[in-house]
Amino acid sequence: MSQPVLNQYETVKYSRIYSLGAARGDITVTNDDVAGPIDSSDEWIRQRTGIITRKRASKDLSLMDMAVSASLEAIAGAGIEASEIGAVIFSTITHPHQTPSAAALLADKIGANPAPAFDISAACAGYCYGIAQADALVRSGVAKYVLVVGGEKLSDFIDPTDRTISFLLGDGAGAAIVGPSETPGISPTVWGSDGSHWDAVGMTASLLELRDGTAQWPTLRQEGQTVFRWAVWEMAKVARQALEVAGVEASDLAALVTHQANIRIIDELAKQLQLPESVVIARDIINTGNTSAASIPLAMHQLLEDGEVKSGGLALEIGFGAGLAFGAQVVVLP
Amino acid sequence: MALAQSEVLAGLAEIVNDETGIATEAVQLEKSFTDDLDIDSISMMTIVVNAEDKFGVKIPDEEVKNLITVGDAVSFITAAQG
Repeated sequence: MSQPVLNQYETVKYSRIYSLGAARGDITVTNDDVAGPIDSSDEWIRQRTGIITRKRASKDLSLMDMAVSASLEAIAGAGIEASEIGAVIFSTITHPHQTPSAAALLADKIGANPAPAFDISAACAGYCYGIAQADALVRSGVAKYVLVVGGEKLSDFIDPTDRTISFLLGDGAGAAIVGPSETPGISPTVWGSDGSHWDAVGMTASLLELRDGTAQWPTLRQEGQTVFRWAVWEMAKVARQALEVAGVEASDLAALVTHQANIRIIDELAKQLQLPESVVIARDIINTGNTSAASIPLAMHQLLEDGEVKSGGLALEIGFGAGLAFGAQVVVLP
Repeated sequence: MALAQSEVLAGLAEIVNDETGIATEAVQLEKSFTDDLDIDSISMMTIVVNAEDKFGVKIPDEEVKNLITVGDAVSFITAAQG
C-alpha cells in the first residue's frame, strides 16, 4: 500500500492591506484637563509632547466597542464579507480579562465566527507585529483575509499624578484587512525585542501584588530618557533596515507613520532618517494622544482621510514600545 | 587622544547650542542643565547621544541623571576618554 500524500496549503505570492478602519475615544481631553495633578500647564505639555488634545473613551464606550467600530469600517472598505475573514488578530494591552481573548469576542461580534482569533501583547509595536503575522498567514495560504486590530483603552490604566506617561495617553482602535495581492504590498518586517529593558515601559505592579494588597491598581509608567534614546537612535537603525529589506529609498516614501509616542520622538526620528520634504510625517498624536497599538493605523487612516497621502503610495510604519518590542515594514497605502 | 577640559567644554557648548539655541558662552562649567539652562530630560538625552558621537565615549542611561551641571558632563567625558 502506498503512503498517502498530504495536502499542504497552497501559497500566495503577495499580500497587501486592503483597507483601514478607525475609532477614537468619544471625549476630547485638553492639556488643562490633565495638567493639575502633575503640576504642569498646557504650554509645558505642548512643548514636551506635541499633544494639544487626546481622545479618551467615556465609561460607556469600551475597548470592544471601538474595536468593533474600526473593524466594521475596514471590512466594508475591503469589500469583503466578515464571514470570509480567516483569522482575527487583536493587539492590545488593555483588554481587562486575562482570558478569554478579546479577539474571539471581536470575531463573534463582527460576524467572523468561527475564524481563529487570538490576542498579541506587543504594546506599541503590536500593530506592526499583527501586520507581519497577517502577511505570513495570507502568503502561506492559511487565511485568505486577516483582520488586524490595534486597540487600547489606556485611560483605564493611568494615574493622573504620573508625570512619565499617563498624561500622553488616549483611547482608540485601528483596524486593517490584509489579503492576497497580485503585486507586492507588504515588505519583509524588521522586528524584534530587547527584554534587557523589560522594566523601561510597563505597569507599576502585577495582578498578584494587587491581590495580595501590596500594591494599588496597576497603571502605566516609563523611564522616559531610556525609552527616548532607544526609540530614536535604535529605531532609526531599524527603520533604515526596513527600507533596505524592502528595496526602497527614503525618497520613495509617501509617508512615515511611526508609533505616535511623543512628537519629539517622531521629529527626532524623522531627522535621523534625513527624509526628503516630500515625505509626509504622521503627527496624529497632536489631537489623539498616544494610543499604543492603535496609533499607527489611526494615524495612517487620518492621513488618507485628510488627503495628505494617496492610495498606492508607500509608507514606512514603525512601532516600538514595552518589551521592549519593535516592528517596522514598508506597506502600500490602501 | 583625550581632549583637554576646555576643548570638551567648547564641543559640548556647540552641541547644547544646536539642540536648544542657548548661546555657547552661556554653557559654563558651574551651570546646571535643568535649573540654569532650562534643558528638559528629552533635550538632555539628545545632547548626551550627540556628545557620545562627538567625543567617542559611552554615557550609560543610569549615568545621565548624575550629570547635574555642565562641569559634571565635562568631567565624565574627559575621564571616559581616558
